[in-house]
Amino acid sequence: MINSRFFNRSELIGFVSLLLLLVVILPLALDIFRLNLVAKYLTYSFVAIGLVLCWGYGGILSLGQGVFFGLGGYCMAMFLKLEASSVANTKIQSTPGIPDFMDWNQLTALPFFWKPFQSFPFALAAIILVPAIFAFIIGAAMFKRRVGGVYFAIITQAIAAIMTILIVGQQGYTGGINGITDLRTLHGWDIRTDHAKYILYFVEVFFLFAAIMVAQFIRLTKLGRILVAMREQEDRVRFSGYSVANFKIFAFCAAAVFAAVGGALFTLEVGFMSPSFVGIVPSIEMVIYTAVGGRLSIFGAVYGSLLVNFAKTSLSETFPQLWLFGLGALFIAVVLAFPNGLAGIWGDYVQPRIDRLLASRTKKSGNGGLVADGAPAE
Amino acid sequence: MMGMAAIPALAMLPRPSFGAGPATSAVNTTGLAVTDSEVTVGILHSVTGTMAISETGSVQAEKLAIEQINASGGVLGRKIKFIQEDGASDWPTFAEKAKKLLVNDKCAAVMGCWTSASRKAVLPVFEQYNGMLYYPTFYEGLEQSKNVIYTGQEATQQIIAGLDWVNKTKGAKTFYLLGSDYIWPRTSNKIARKHIEGHLQGAKVVGEEYFPLGHTQFNSVINKIKLTKPDVIYAIIVGGSNVAFYKQLKAAGIDMSKQTLLTISVTEDEIDGIGGENIAGAYACMKYFQSLDNANNKAFVADFKKMWGEKTVIGDVTQAAYLGPWLWKLTVEKAGSFDIDKVAAASPGIEFKGAPEGYVRIHENHHLWSKTRVGRAKADGQYELIYETADLVEPDPFPKGYQ
Repeated sequence: MINSRFFNRSELIGFVSLLLLLVVILPLALDIFRLNLVAKYLTYSFVAIGLVLCWGYGGILSLGQGVFFGLGGYCMAMFLKLEASSVANTKIQSTPGIPDFMDWNQLTALPFFWKPFQSFPFALAAIILVPAIFAFIIGAAMFKRRVGGVYFAIITQAIAAIMTILIVGQQGYTGGINGITDLRTLHGWDIRTDHAKYILYFVEVFFLFAAIMVAQFIRLTKLGRILVAMREQEDRVRFSGYSVANFKIFAFCAAAVFAAVGGALFTLEVGFMSPSFVGIVPSIEMVIYTAVGGRLSIFGAVYGSLLVNFAKTSLSETFPQLWLFGLGALFIAVVLAFPNGLAGIWGDYVQPRIDRLLASRTKKSGNGGLVADGAPAE
Repeated sequence: MMGMAAIPALAMLPRPSFGAGPATSAVNTTGLAVTDSEVTVGILHSVTGTMAISETGSVQAEKLAIEQINASGGVLGRKIKFIQEDGASDWPTFAEKAKKLLVNDKCAAVMGCWTSASRKAVLPVFEQYNGMLYYPTFYEGLEQSKNVIYTGQEATQQIIAGLDWVNKTKGAKTFYLLGSDYIWPRTSNKIARKHIEGHLQGAKVVGEEYFPLGHTQFNSVINKIKLTKPDVIYAIIVGGSNVAFYKQLKAAGIDMSKQTLLTISVTEDEIDGIGGENIAGAYACMKYFQSLDNANNKAFVADFKKMWGEKTVIGDVTQAAYLGPWLWKLTVEKAGSFDIDKVAAASPGIEFKGAPEGYVRIHENHHLWSKTRVGRAKADGQYELIYETADLVEPDPFPKGYQ
């Protein structure tokens, strides 16, 4: 049972309609190929939700979320790749039993940091811990020294660039620019079949709603209020006795973990991971999803990443040579006309109408049956 | 869009009638997009992003081949219709679009990919959904799939003959290996090093260096080259970096008429960007040059320019891309079926006598037998043929002793 104060009425409408859309409408309306694309888009929603907390509420603009998306994705990919590189599958190589790209790069043994990834529990823990620790180090180094704003954004961008160069350069250990490809099974379960794609889709939707709840929880606690206060007047928060740096580090780490979960699910859905998700361009795209969705809205983040990616796919299918211009025009139009993104459109134009409609109904029926009507049957 | 110019010319030809081939139920038992009068194939290259400059030539060549095949009666009496998708220089996008072409559009074959990374991204998709990919680029080898026909050269075909040639005719003993930092240059240089150290008498590698993709500062390595004075600079630098590299070589006073430079990565397409005067005198080793003097090639170059404009140049990969639709047509007609399994099984032994590079044949390992040639860059941006192997070179994607 969701406490009615946990979501206010408009958020409840948002929650239920998103639930309907993802659990009922899309799976019924789309074939498995398109549904798998939706699953891919939704992995970016995790990053966007993290950015709502960190950027929208905390005011910390990170242009390096691709790093955390990639770390999560690579942790998952390393486990899957080791499973796919059994001695039987790789007997054509000079050293059977190691991933194919290591063999091409004349490695003859599994590097030490790959070995723990043979264990699934370790890989799952690493998906959360590696990005969290990395974000903590960056956050502690920056925020304790009161580096913020634009400078922080530039540094995160530099980290994204460094990470890409590192992965591409160390191709014997990381798969280089090709990434880690040809992932097949998870504990012997073939992740490439249509049936598996359905199951993975629903698993992902489950995680997405869990992420939405966690984000909503953070937003509503005192912690969330402090984040907003920090965004508006950092010094006053500091003078009130709060440790601004620690709250910032927390928001940044939380966003990193959200991104990493998205990355790990991405690897499962798409079947590979490559440095092209880690660099500056994908990191900025992730910020764009959040901006299009509305940076203060958790649900907006989900719709933003769905809409932008859907536009990307359909424009590029219809106009292979011109689609980038169409996508560019879409961004400019949204940012110019609706600075608060999709959530802004909803709040400014749709919400008042619904309120008016409901208000007139309530008057007629006499008693406020709203909560009973709108409460989900969970 | 420039292709419009070719349509009036085609209209002059007698229109072949489509739909006279064998029954669809007989030639398509697996539900591919084949009707009584049409068959659908996919074209999957980057037409946007950093790779667009390289891949556009391949798209043009594939469209030309499809148009020519249609003008001569199509495949098994069916007209080829193509669906083009943009890989956007982004490997995951390639995987997504490959899946779309196979699952949604049921393409009977796909001509596509350019970089190794994009091929690696789509390969599991082609194997899972049982599609047929015709891949045009010269590449590092170490791969063989039932679902791919490699119409470019694999590394040993491109490298060994060139090194033997430079060793024999120039007496080259010392080599400086350069490359962009990814799988193809690294594997190619590995093969080159093994050949130089193991098979060329008294020859050695005096340096080996890699640069990130898009790197533009080559001064420090040029200084090292000036100090070590290698007999041959062996360069596998790709894409935009080439422009900076050759300009800086020239600015540093390295005279290509005295210093031998052998590259396997600069085709006529790249010279377009580098500028002929900056690279004149360098040697390139690959299987095709636009200047090849044979009847097939003259007709091909003329048709290509008619369709895409006088100013276009044709590089090695563009020619290899042109082979794709033709090899597929010949294979389908030999198999008497569009079914992927039958096409894959019928591929070995397919000969294409009309290839602009001369005769080619598909090997059991799905690569092509082809000649290797050495050309010398001229200031007008073309290569002049210096040497070609007497026989076709056997493709060997898993070379023993070179791994």
